[in-house]
Amino acid sequence: MKFNNLIDRTSEWLKGTGPESDIVISSRIRLARNIVGLKFVDWSDTATKEKVVNISKDAISSSSYMKDSLYVDMSGLSPLDRQLLIERHLISREHAIDAECKTVFISGNEIVSIMVNEEDHLRLQVIQSGLVLNDAWKIMTTIEKDLEKKLKFAFSDEWGYLTACPTNTGTGLRASVMMHLPGIVITSQINNLINALSKLGLTVRGFFGEGTAAAGNFFQISNQVTMGMGEEEIIDNLTRVVRQIVSQERGSRRFLKARKRDIIEDKISRAYATLEAAHIITSSETIDLLSLVRLGIGLGVVKNLDIYKLNKLLMLIQPAHLQKLAGVELSSSERDIKRAELIREKLTV
Amino acid sequence: MLCDICKKREATVHLTEVINEEVSELHICEECAKDKGAQMYQHFGLADLLSSLADIPHDTAPKKGRINIKCPSCGMSYNDFKKRGRFGCADCYEAFKRALYPLFKKIHGVSYRAGKGPKIAPVAKPAMTKKISRSSAVRENLRELKTSLARAIEVEAFEEAAVLRDKIRALETRNIKADKE
Repeated sequence: MKFNNLIDRTSEWLKGTGPESDIVISSRIRLARNIVGLKFVDWSDTATKEKVVNISKDAISSSSYMKDSLYVDMSGLSPLDRQLLIERHLISREHAIDAECKTVFISGNEIVSIMVNEEDHLRLQVIQSGLVLNDAWKIMTTIEKDLEKKLKFAFSDEWGYLTACPTNTGTGLRASVMMHLPGIVITSQINNLINALSKLGLTVRGFFGEGTAAAGNFFQISNQVTMGMGEEEIIDNLTRVVRQIVSQERGSRRFLKARKRDIIEDKISRAYATLEAAHIITSSETIDLLSLVRLGIGLGVVKNLDIYKLNKLLMLIQPAHLQKLAGVELSSSERDIKRAELIREKLTV
Repeated sequence: MLCDICKKREATVHLTEVINEEVSELHICEECAKDKGAQMYQHFGLADLLSSLADIPHDTAPKKGRINIKCPSCGMSYNDFKKRGRFGCADCYEAFKRALYPLFKKIHGVSYRAGKGPKIAPVAKPAMTKKISRSSAVRENLRELKTSLARAIEVEAFEEAAVLRDKIRALETRNIKADKE
């Protein structure tokens, strides 16, 4: 795979396939691992970091799952290309800053990405469409087993996998699910949900951007603790809770359709009309409007779009994607014009 | 009350800091608070939150005041760890061990692991198979016993902990003997 091909493709996790994919956009599993005998990234010198790059390169490229993967040296990427990888959820924001000795491996379908020299020597990620945490975990264990043939990971019988940050010690596993919950938000139940989840040791965050509370009612729900609970238990718990939230969201949508039909159809149709008509539009406004249209697809109000097309649009309207599509760097106001143009084009097809 | 910084305007923002049981108070005006805003925000990064969790409680702190333990492998001191909120290497876990039980309890609610460990690579000598499988069974057993020991210590079931400790010792000495044979 080549870097410049990324922009023409759709990440597997956006395809709108898999169980509950109208509400659960994607499932993601992340593992933090460090190589025995080498200092952790932030505390080590360049020579050690280079060593990590070299031995992990050998191990990762010999994993059967990562054959044809794209290997990227972060220091060779422009800021725009780094941003593109962030928007596609293939690297973290931290990985784009100070790129010295940082690399990433991306599998052909973008399901797997492995960051080298992020906070830990290795950060493995599997991301897929729909509520499929178990499948993602299976892929993850396969890859980890492959890597273990060549690498020895820091592990203690008492604490588990040893990570740079004590919040990851133990399993080193973060399972997260990205959910679209407009029904729960519109029916004012979201705060109750967030409170309840925090009591269960789960974290809820907005999905788009950073700091923005929860643009477009997209939320990311993940496990907080990594000790005292095994991997399967963590994944099982999260899956159960997410199923429960899905049924709450469906309940809210049924309520809206039955009792608030005029109000909700008005909102959705106006959102669609604005997207169709706008000539200048910011990304946050776009996300809010696309969220309503996405709800409209779920409720059967919007008929000429499907979830896949909508998910794709959510990706393409982001700043780096817009600029890659345009082939030139654009200022913020130029992007707002380009974004409106792109949306009009995609909605009329 | 006048602002502690500019000494001109009325102090409307009151900050209380507790460091090593010493309470210090800062009374400042809104304007100075805004100027300090960026700096103050910095104080609440993850590293700082973690470092406040990582304070060694008195009963587990090394005697004779504040000895700053250092990791023999990477040279990170406990104070470095507190400041950065990140370990320097895997051996830091052993070096700062005593402080980690309360730290993990605060972060994860428990201070013992669960779940899988790395696959132990099989040895490619067929004749050894029997012995290997026996010793890996012992290792698995040891792992479980150690986890139970950590749990027992955590709930302060010291009698049970003593029994477990003896079992672990017996198993470990037997294992060493078996390895020598």
